[in-house]
Amino acid sequence: MIDASVFLLAAALALGSGVAMVLVRNAVHAALFLVASQLALAVLFLIQGAFFIAALQIIVYAGAIMVLFVFVVMLLGVDKRESLTEPLRFQREIGVGLGVLLIVAALYLGVGTSFAVANLPDSAGPRSGEGNVEAVARELFTHWALPFEITSVLLIVAVVGTMVLAKRRLRS
Amino acid sequence: MVRLAAQGAGELPGYIPLIPFFPMAGALLLLLFRRSIGRWAGIIASSVIGSSFVLSLMAVGDLMTMTGAPEARLLAGPAYEWIAAGGLNVAMTFKVDALTAVMLLIVTGVGTLIHVYSIGYMEHDERKATYFGYLNLFAGSMLLLVLANNFLVLYVGWELVGLCSYLLISFWYFKPEAAAAGKKAFLVNRIGDVGFLIGILLIYSHFGTLDFDEVFARATELQGAIVTAIPLLLFVGAVGKSAQIPLHVWLPDAMEGPTPVSALIHAATMVTAGVYMVARAHVFFEASHAAALTVATIGAATALFAATVACFQDDIKRVLAYSTISQLGFMFLAVGVGALSHSPVAYAAAIFHLVTHAFFKALLFLGAGSVMHAMEGETNMKKMGGLIKILPRTGWTFIVGWLAILGIPPLSGFFSKDAILVSTYEEGWFLLWLIASAAALLTAFYMSRQVFLVFFGKSRSSEDVHPHESPSIMTGPLVVLAGLAAISGMWLGLTHGGPIFRLLEPLFGAHEGAGAEAFLGIPEAGLILIAVALSIVGVFSAWRLYLARGGEERRATLQKRWSGLASFVRSGYRLDALYGALFVWPGKTIANVAAYAFDVRVIDGAVNGLAIFVGRSAEGVRRVQSGLVRRYVMAMLTGVVVLLALFIARAN
Amino acid sequence: MSVPAEWYLLVSALLFITGTIGVLIRRNVIVMFMCIELMLNAVNLTFVTLDRMMGGLAGQIAVFFVLVVAAAEVVVGLAIIVSIFRRRASTDADQVSLLKW
Repeated sequence: MIDASVFLLAAALALGSGVAMVLVRNAVHAALFLVASQLALAVLFLIQGAFFIAALQIIVYAGAIMVLFVFVVMLLGVDKRESLTEPLRFQREIGVGLGVLLIVAALYLGVGTSFAVANLPDSAGPRSGEGNVEAVARELFTHWALPFEITSVLLIVAVVGTMVLAKRRLRS
Repeated sequence: MVRLAAQGAGELPGYIPLIPFFPMAGALLLLLFRRSIGRWAGIIASSVIGSSFVLSLMAVGDLMTMTGAPEARLLAGPAYEWIAAGGLNVAMTFKVDALTAVMLLIVTGVGTLIHVYSIGYMEHDERKATYFGYLNLFAGSMLLLVLANNFLVLYVGWELVGLCSYLLISFWYFKPEAAAAGKKAFLVNRIGDVGFLIGILLIYSHFGTLDFDEVFARATELQGAIVTAIPLLLFVGAVGKSAQIPLHVWLPDAMEGPTPVSALIHAATMVTAGVYMVARAHVFFEASHAAALTVATIGAATALFAATVACFQDDIKRVLAYSTISQLGFMFLAVGVGALSHSPVAYAAAIFHLVTHAFFKALLFLGAGSVMHAMEGETNMKKMGGLIKILPRTGWTFIVGWLAILGIPPLSGFFSKDAILVSTYEEGWFLLWLIASAAALLTAFYMSRQVFLVFFGKSRSSEDVHPHESPSIMTGPLVVLAGLAAISGMWLGLTHGGPIFRLLEPLFGAHEGAGAEAFLGIPEAGLILIAVALSIVGVFSAWRLYLARGGEERRATLQKRWSGLASFVRSGYRLDALYGALFVWPGKTIANVAAYAFDVRVIDGAVNGLAIFVGRSAEGVRRVQSGLVRRYVMAMLTGVVVLLALFIARAN
Repeated sequence: MSVPAEWYLLVSALLFITGTIGVLIRRNVIVMFMCIELMLNAVNLTFVTLDRMMGGLAGQIAVFFVLVVAAAEVVVGLAIIVSIFRRRASTDADQVSLLKW
C-alpha cells in the first residue's frame, strides 16, 4: 500500500513537472521544474532499491548540473520570455501529433503486456550480505574499471574544452 | 630460298608470302618517309614490284616443274594463323595454281611496267612518294586477293584494292571533281561489297568454313534457293568491282585520277578481280542455271551498252573507260557461258581475254597518258589531231593496241575475243552471240574514231600548245606492252590446245569433244570471218566520218537528225542523274533530317533536358537543408515513429 | 503488493515523450537542452527498472556512467551556447541556421 502510494505520488510529480517544464515560458521556471522532476525520479530510484544511484541523482544532477543551467540562464538574460508565436510552420502541430502517436504506442505496449525477462548470471548481482553501495563499488572497480578511467579522462577533456570555448577573445 | 623439286600437291614455298609482302613493305616505307624520299620513290617502288615479278616467275616455274596429276599442280598452305576464335578458324592461306599464276604474272608484270612509266609521268608532281606508296599498296592488296585460298583473305584483298582505288582516284584531292569521283567509286563499290559479304556469310553458315578447297569440293551439297542465292550474291560483288551494269557508273568518273592509275587499276587489274572471283568460284555458278545466265546476260548487255556510250565521248580517257567496261562485259559473258554449258574453253577464253586486255588496254591508257603529257593536260580529242608525226613512238604503239582491240589477226585480241565469240555461238547462245558481235562492231567503230581523231587528220590543237614526244621512260613500257599485245595471242592460244587452255585445264576441266580440232574447222572459220568483217565495217564507218574527205558534212547531217539521242547516250543514258534522284537525294535528305532535326532536337534535347532536370530537382531538394535544428529533430523523430510502427506491426 | 515493473517503464516512456515534444516545440536553446536532460533522466529510470527486473547490477553501473557523461556534455554544450550568444545576442534556435543551403 505504502509502496504504491509513494510510487504514484513520485510518478505524478515527475510527470507533472516534466510537462510543466515544457510548457512554461520563463527559462528559470523551467529549470526549477526540472529540478523537481529529478527529485521525484530520485525517489523512484529509492523505492526500487538503487540507493547509490538515487544519491548520485540528487548530488550530481539536481545539485550540480541544474545549478550550472541556472547560472547560464541568468547569464543570458533571465527575464526573457519566449514569445508564443511559432515561426516554423506546422512545427507545433507535427510535434504534438508525433507525441500523441508515441504516447499511444507506449500505452499499447506498456499496459497489459507482461515482460518475460532473462536473468543475468549470478556474478552480476549483489553478493549476499552486501549492501547496494558495496555491490556497485565492487562491480565498478573491477569489471568496469577501464570505462571508469576513461570517463575521468572525458571529464578532464570536457573541462579543458569548456575553458577554451568560453574564453573571451583578448583585445589587444 | 628453297626451290622445290618435282613433287605432288605441294606445300607453300617460303617465298610465296613475300610476293604480296614486298609491295606492302614498300608502301609502308614510302608512306612513312614520303617527305624525305623524294626522287627515289619511283625507283624504290618499281624495284619492289619488279622483285615480286621475279618471285612470281619463280612460282610459275615451280608450278611447271611439279609432276603428278594436273589437278594436283598447285602450291597451297598457310602463311600464318590469323583468326582462331571459337568455331571460326581462319588462317592466312595462300594458293598458287594455274589461275593464280596467270594473275600473279599480270599484276606484277604489267604493274612493273606501269610503275616505271609513272616515274616519268609523275616526275613533276610534289606528292610522288605518296603516289608510289599508294600504288605499291594497291599491288600488294591485289596480290593478296589472287593468292587467297579462303574467302576471308580474298575479301580483305578485295576491300583493300577498293580503298587504294579511292586513294588513287582522288589523288589530286584538291580538285573537287577528283574528290567526288573517289567518293563515288568507293560508295558504288561498297554496294557490291555488301552483296559479296552476304554471300560469304551464307557460305560460312552452310559449310562452316571459308576455305576454297573445302567449300568448292562440297558445293554440290547445297539445296534449294541458296544454290542460286550464293552465286548471285557473289556476282553482285563482281558487278560492283568490275563495273558492270548497273554499278558501272563509277568507272568513267574514275578517270579523274592519274592516267597510270587508270591503266593499272581500272583496266588491267582491279576491275578484273570480279572476273577472277567468278572464275575461282565457278562451281557455284555451274550449280545454278539462273545465276550463270544472269552473269552471261549482264556481261553481254554491258558490253553492248558501254560500247554505245563510248561512241559519243570526246574525252580521250572516257572512251577508254567505257571500252574497259565493255571488254569486261565480254569476259563475264565468257565465264557465264562457261558455267551455263560447262565449257572449259569458255572459261579459258575469259581468262585469255583478261590477259590480252590487260596488255592492250594498259597500252592504250598509257598511250593516252603520253598524249596528254605531250598536250600539257588536254584530254578533249576534238582538240587534237595529226599527232602521229609529232609523237611517233606513242602513236605507233597506240596503233598496235588499236589493232589488238579490234581483233585483227595475228594480234592478241583476235585470238581472245574470237575465242569468246566462238564459244558463245558453239554452245548455242545465239542471242548473246548477236549482242556481243554488235558490241564488237561498235568497239571497232569507236576505237577507230579515237585513233583517227587523235593521231591523224589536220591538227586542231590551239596555237599555244607545242606537243613533244614523251621521254623514254614513258615510251619504253609502251613498246614492251605493244610487243606483248602483238604476240601474246599467238603465243598463248593459237588453238584450243594452246598453252593457256591447257594451263587452266586443272581448274575447268579438259576440253572434250572437238579436242585438238584446229581453229579453222567449219563453222568456226565462218564465225571468225564474220567477226573480222564486223571489225572492218567499224573501221570503215569511222574512216568515212572522221578521216575521209567529206567527213564533216556527213557528221553534220547525222548530228542534225540525231543530236538529241546522241546527247542522251553520251551522258551514259542519264544513269547518273537517275541514281542521283533515286538514291543520292533521298540519302542526303535523310542525313540532313537526322543531323539537324533529330540529332539536335531530340537527342541533344534529351541529354540537355536530363541535365536541366537534375539541376532543377536538386534545387528543390536542397531546401531540406534549412539549417534549422528543430526541423532536423522533427525529421529524425518522424523516422523514429515510423520505425517504431514497423516494429510493432511486425511483432504482431 | 509492490508496483509492477511495467508501470515504471510506462512512466519513463511518458517522461521521454514529454522531453521529445519539448525539444520540438521550444525555441529557447537552453530550454531545449533541458528537455534533452529530461529525456536522459527518463532513460536512467528505464535502466534502473530493467536492472531490478533482471537481477543484476549492470543497469546501475550504466546509469552511473550516463550521469557522468551527461555532466560533461552539459558543460560543453552550455559553453557552446554561451559563445554563440556572444556573437548573436540571442538564444533563439532559429537564428542559428548557418548550415543552410
